[in-house]
Amino acid sequence: MATAARWLLVAGALALSACGKEKAVIRVDGSSTVFPIMEAAAEQYQKGAGAARVTVGTSGTGGGFKKFCAGETDISDASRPIKKTEDEACAQKGVEYVELPIAYDGIAIVVHPKNDWAKSMTVAELKRLWEPEAQKKVMRWSDVRAGFPDKEIHLFGAGVDSGTYDYFTEAVVGKEHASRGDYTASEDDNVLVQGIAGDENALGFFGLAYYLENKDRLGLVAVDDGKADNGDGAINPTAETVQNGTYQPLSRPLFVYVAKKALERPEVAGFVKFALESAPKLVAEVGYVALPERAYTLAQARADARKTGSLFTGGSQVGVSIEDLLGREDKGGK
Amino acid sequence: MSTPHPSVAPPADTEGWLRTGHTRNEAAFRALCKLAIALPLCLLLLLAGSLLVEAWPRLGVGFFASYPSRFAESAGILPALVGTALLMALTALFSIPLGVGAAIYLEEYARPTRFTALLELNITTLAGVPSILYGLLGLELFVRVMDLGRSLVAGAATLALLLLPMLITVSREALRTVPRELREACFALGADRFATLRRVVLPMCMPGVLTGIILSLARAIGETAPLITIGALGYVAFLPTSLGSAFTALPIQIFNWVSRPQAAFRANAAAAIVVLLALMLLMNGVALWLRRRLQKRITG
Repeated sequence: MATAARWLLVAGALALSACGKEKAVIRVDGSSTVFPIMEAAAEQYQKGAGAARVTVGTSGTGGGFKKFCAGETDISDASRPIKKTEDEACAQKGVEYVELPIAYDGIAIVVHPKNDWAKSMTVAELKRLWEPEAQKKVMRWSDVRAGFPDKEIHLFGAGVDSGTYDYFTEAVVGKEHASRGDYTASEDDNVLVQGIAGDENALGFFGLAYYLENKDRLGLVAVDDGKADNGDGAINPTAETVQNGTYQPLSRPLFVYVAKKALERPEVAGFVKFALESAPKLVAEVGYVALPERAYTLAQARADARKTGSLFTGGSQVGVSIEDLLGREDKGGK
Repeated sequence: MSTPHPSVAPPADTEGWLRTGHTRNEAAFRALCKLAIALPLCLLLLLAGSLLVEAWPRLGVGFFASYPSRFAESAGILPALVGTALLMALTALFSIPLGVGAAIYLEEYARPTRFTALLELNITTLAGVPSILYGLLGLELFVRVMDLGRSLVAGAATLALLLLPMLITVSREALRTVPRELREACFALGADRFATLRRVVLPMCMPGVLTGIILSLARAIGETAPLITIGALGYVAFLPTSLGSAFTALPIQIFNWVSRPQAAFRANAAAAIVVLLALMLLMNGVALWLRRRLQKRITG
């Protein structure tokens, strides 16, 4: 009896859902890091007359690509470039996409405000601290740099499923997804803020926006990448240093991927254009760093030309500016 | 246990020492029990209090009537609230007939065979399955295979699945409270199974069944994981117009706001939590009230 009733119900639900066709909806899903930007764009865009409806989901970068490559969404937000396996999954389903950078996010290295020794660190020191071999070995501040106090060091960082973790490990350790495991991990950056603010021996990393909102409870560590050509010495992350590419290697681009087929729809093309045009203002409002003006122009040109495929087929590229990448391809021709 | 005190004068007062020892232990145990209830209550009050303090400035009409926004001060919970209400209504619609029906079958009609034993084992097991697994099942079955999309119906159907084991169990408990003598009396008067069920058993167990239904719905209202899995949205700036509409729900909106860097969004999250808690309390209150009322009708 129960099964019969269930099928009846299923049939009824199907019939009901079939008759309720909606008007044009632009479906956005993906990274929860990029979510505030797309939420802002959707909010502002829908204030315009005759605008289509926009929905934004937060399935995560990976979860978003799964839906995107299955043709279930029109635009996929990503806090890292598309991976090779995801690109292949898309190709298999015949989903072509246009890759557009939308903003920069700085990853801040943060300590307790009472920490008066670690005002700056080099990438090599960060590597020594975070690489897999450091596990159970680099346990005290003095192990990181001679001259640092002989105190325990307590590490905090993004959880291993996040795009932030992927980028941080690539940039600092040199290998994506490789780090020591004995640190306090959380997917929620606010939890990391709490942890570091309450521990004098702490060091952690998370999105710059979370540092800027909690400045009075945290201390900032300047990062020295050891290269002179993009700003000599140790550099503090600010909107300016992230944008002009001197805060390296911990500035990362955020992306949106637009399905080529969806881009044929005038409302999707219109929304993408709107998002790129208003990005400088909206991105800053939600706490991220805007790309240089020219990058948005280049991105728009890319969308107009329906240029498909990823610039990052080899994984994240550290220390390359988006402008250079887009421009290089532009000159490189077809 | 205390042993009889050696200095107490023998036999005459046996009951006396028993009683004193008894009361002393009794008092200690009672205090312990009170502490056990006071501790979580204090924590709860503390939590609810701090929540309310943070939420208070945000709890205006605008908060209920606005769409989410990048500006915390003008953001509201309208689509989430409507989404949650519709979701609950649809979930109830799907799960009540199935759950109560299955309970009636198992309790009144099914013969105790190996098959029904297996069914019962399955139901108890399913009641303990983590909710995210129902989300995965819903994603595959409702969203993909049945092609319902990331819609209200798909969400409600998933939540209904999640509630079924609990609903079946509480409904069976309620059916079992009706004394067998009453059923036998009915049969003796010539009534068949269906008439007995309709006229005697169901009315008598209704308070229990209803309480069970409402309590399970109050549990479903806070579920986030299965909804996120099937693809409920973070941002929707329109209200659902049909069963196939995309939707968001209160727990998702809360989750969303809590993870923002700006402290202003945390006040929004607190306010939304207060709304969700109020809804739960309201549902539990209705359950209590219905139970009292219906019970009076039966006994009085």
